Amino acid sequence: MARVFVFPPNSLILHDLVERFGHEPLSLPKEVGKKVRDPEIDSPPMNVTPEDVKKGLKYAAVEVPSGVRGRLSLIGPLVEKADAAIIVEEVQDLAFGCMGCDRTNKFVTYLVRQRNIPVLELKYPEDEEEAKEFVREIKDFLESLEG
Amino acid sequence: MAVRIAQLSCGTEYSGVQDEINKAAERVGGEIVFPEIDVELIEEACDEIGYHPRSANLRVLLARAYALANGYADADAAFILTCFRCAEGALVRNEARRYLQQNTDIPVVTYSFTEDLDAGELLTRMEALVTIVERRGLLARKKQEGLTLGIDSGSTTTKAVVMEDDEVIGTGWVRTTKVIESAEKAVNEALEEAGYSLDDIQAIGVTGYGRFTLGEHFDADLVQEELTVNSKGTVYLGDKQEGGATVIDVGGMDNKAITVWDGIPDNFTMGGICAGASGRFLEVAADRIGVDIEEFGKIALEGDPEKVRLDSYCIVFGIQDLVTALAEGADPKDVAAAACYSVAEQVYEQQLQEIDIREPVFFVGGSSLIDGMVKALQDVIGVEVKVPPYSQFIGAVGAALLASNFI
Repeated sequence: MARVFVFPPNSLILHDLVERFGHEPLSLPKEVGKKVRDPEIDSPPMNVTPEDVKKGLKYAAVEVPSGVRGRLSLIGPLVEKADAAIIVEEVQDLAFGCMGCDRTNKFVTYLVRQRNIPVLELKYPEDEEEAKEFVREIKDFLESLEG
Repeated sequence: MAVRIAQLSCGTEYSGVQDEINKAAERVGGEIVFPEIDVELIEEACDEIGYHPRSANLRVLLARAYALANGYADADAAFILTCFRCAEGALVRNEARRYLQQNTDIPVVTYSFTEDLDAGELLTRMEALVTIVERRGLLARKKQEGLTLGIDSGSTTTKAVVMEDDEVIGTGWVRTTKVIESAEKAVNEALEEAGYSLDDIQAIGVTGYGRFTLGEHFDADLVQEELTVNSKGTVYLGDKQEGGATVIDVGGMDNKAITVWDGIPDNFTMGGICAGASGRFLEVAADRIGVDIEEFGKIALEGDPEKVRLDSYCIVFGIQDLVTALAEGADPKDVAAAACYSVAEQVYEQQLQEIDIREPVFFVGGSSLIDGMVKALQDVIGVEVKVPPYSQFIGAVGAALLASNFI
């Protein structure tokens, strides 16, 4: 079972696909879930504390907005422990976040490429045919990963 | 011939700072050049580097880095600048720096600016770049040879080290009063321990605040600012002469955080406006508790910093907080721990957040001998902090090491 990082990191479709093919998805909802289920909520609603934001300094300097560093403190460790990754680009219309978050996304895909792990890069499908091909490529990629 | 410094930047032209940059370069014998690139190279560069920033200017910045690394353009050094507080600018600046360091052997320094650009800071960085280019051969030294003397004339203490055949054989440490007298005393201590006289010494290196005065007095072969010398001394003693490392130097009056690559500094910040983030604060705190500084470090290890509120980062108000805590019956151990955490947090918030922490992290300077300070720094930064041997003599060791180039 390989640990597969998915991008966008909040993609439930990618999370589900990775799981269906017997691998461990590394995605943001899981990390946020852990935070929310913490017995002590220090910093509602997501329990990202100032300490987490400081951890984000590993990836970005202090002048990078705190929200970006907070996101990186959750996403960065996932990228670090990934054995493989799936990156889906051009999902602007469905993505969310501010300008800083948009920049984080660009940075995260760069961090993934720096890892030199198997990476499948795809464009978001625009019609049914493309969607079928999209899933097929993901399936082939996941099956090619060593169990 | 002037050292050609490639400017890789975004926002300088709209911030009214270009003239200052050119002037700073000229003052230290450098010349600013802009690597020429074709439009087609931008996409190729971003694809190759794997980073496609949204900002067109930042894509050009990356393409210029790519051009330098792949022979499309040429320069002796690179200076990467982006506007302060630009998120994508900070991310790209850092990655362009990393890319150049991994793919070229030219020195790189980064800087984020505002319209009130600090001419002094800019000049120090330019000076470091030019020094690194002009003295690259000298800084490449990894082994000490012959019999050399290194002197570090610091603001609070003067340190001297005698080295022979890659080993420290004598040290001297005295409080700085008069620069020359203190240095002579430290040198004599080191020579006595080593069993040599000054005439036997083959080469002398000096660094620190009083370096120019001492350079003249001792007729030194090497007179060098402390950023390069301390970095070199740290990676030499810490046995990390290749790749990246971070040096945190908390001295008697100020503190520095330096990131190094292959033993050469590429970015640094310096504090020192208030002594609240220096060894001096810990000395005053130890004195107030009534223990010597060594004992202070030990009891701090046993204390709980959370139990004492230390809100102020000013040395005067900080001590007032300590006095209040002690008067209210706080345990001196907790007070000592809180004082160490206060210094560590200031170093972290003021210095380390402006550079990217690269492991291993080395802690040097007089304060690195205080056990509680090492623990506090480690807890605050969240990574292991290493204290190399002779950590309080780092500048003197660096100077002695580099001085062997002149034998």
